[in-house]
Amino acid sequence: MLEIRNISKSYGKLKVLESVDMTFNDSGIYSILGPNGSGKTTLIKTILGMVIPDKGEIFFDGIKINWTYNYRSKISYLPQIANFPDNLTGRELISMIKDIRNSNLNEEYLINLFDLKNHLDKNMKHLSGGTKQKLNVVLALMFDTPIIILDEPTAGLDPVALISFKKLIKELKKRGKIIILTTHIINLVEEITDKIIFLLEGNIYFKGNIRELLEKTEENNLEEAIAKILKENGNV
Amino acid sequence: MFKVFKYSLFDQTRSKWIYLYTLFFFLVSYAMLYLNNDLMSGLTNLLNISLLICPLVSIIFGTMYFYNSREFTDLLLAQPIKRTTILLGQYFGLSSSLSLAYLLGNLIPFILYGVIVSDIFISFIMLLIAVVSLTFIFSGFAIMISLITDNRIKGFGFSIFLWLFMTFIYDGIFLLTLFLFSDYPMEIFSISVTMLNPVDLARILIMLKLDITSMLGYTGAVFNKFFGSETGIMISSITLIFWLFMPVILSMKIGKRKDF
Repeated sequence: MLEIRNISKSYGKLKVLESVDMTFNDSGIYSILGPNGSGKTTLIKTILGMVIPDKGEIFFDGIKINWTYNYRSKISYLPQIANFPDNLTGRELISMIKDIRNSNLNEEYLINLFDLKNHLDKNMKHLSGGTKQKLNVVLALMFDTPIIILDEPTAGLDPVALISFKKLIKELKKRGKIIILTTHIINLVEEITDKIIFLLEGNIYFKGNIRELLEKTEENNLEEAIAKILKENGNV
Repeated sequence: MFKVFKYSLFDQTRSKWIYLYTLFFFLVSYAMLYLNNDLMSGLTNLLNISLLICPLVSIIFGTMYFYNSREFTDLLLAQPIKRTTILLGQYFGLSSSLSLAYLLGNLIPFILYGVIVSDIFISFIMLLIAVVSLTFIFSGFAIMISLITDNRIKGFGFSIFLWLFMTFIYDGIFLLTLFLFSDYPMEIFSISVTMLNPVDLARILIMLKLDITSMLGYTGAVFNKFFGSETGIMISSITLIFWLFMPVILSMKIGKRKDF
């Protein structure tokens, strides 16, 4: 469904992605892992057309999508930082994104799940960071799209919201979605991930499931396996 | 574009800074009119204040606005719409709300003072059009600067410098050149230099309309002859339109290739 071919990107002299190839065909949860600055966010933003790659191509259902925008109606995206215009309310933001997407889905389920009902008519400047992140999740996941991209989705969520979030992700997976996420929280990866993509200095260091990673690194748990990779490659 | 514009305008028109801006001009207009007790002097004073304050507020408030909406712009960029649609929507949202605030602040005191039935009504309207144009031009510079650099401190530095350059430094260099080359005919030079700066262009156009260029002596006569002529009006209008479009077109060009 989504294919990345030979993508490279550098910012000045800093190479962020180097000839990365990746395919997302089967439904499931893909975790993109790697140390800070390994190119996780750049990769996600390249898929969304927010970062323009120096070379390489991206295909969606076999059609090349570089420089186009309509394909984004098939992708939901949760950005890393939840920051919205100060003087708009949650309700207005929801209708704005619905307006733009020309889509009219029921977001009530998500609003109830994250207990946002009482905050929807307040201006954004009066909301806490955690509440904004919950709204961020609602805005990202209220559409029925085959691909969902989540950039550090759990940052700022309280334990109750985190449980709801994990429940929601599992539900979406059951419905056959391709979910791509970046995170630093190993527990979350262990709990929900089907496939790990480990990026190191702009290259794919490892692709596979958790068991395969443990075998490769000869470690007993994911945390130690990742620490070992980082140590061996001089990232710690 | 209209959807982004609509919500951007909603957001802006509820900002306390926009209310303060309206209130500021309301008080300035009111004070100028009632202290001078004369429409003409009120208008000239308002002209001088507007030509300094409006570009400053547009560029600084604009730069602040575009940097603050960066994360929200990211969210919009992930939606199935064109980049230029988002950027244009935000640009028009900002410049329209600033223009509305300016118009509202000045219209009320002037209308109460009876500008509509006075003989300087056309000049007053011209002043409003010129200042609204400057608001659009400097909001355009603001979006351009915020797209050129992600470093906010640098961005604000550029903005303040550009404002200083257009309102003070440019005129200083212009006067110095006139002084140094005073033995040579400088008419065409003066006219061209005035047109190359939107703030000067706006000032001259209104001053000509108000017929106070006589204070400028010989230069005033030259300006009157040029800007009063049909060709002059046409060339200056084209230049003003060029200034309106230039920052926006450049911003869209930069925005299209930018990594967010």
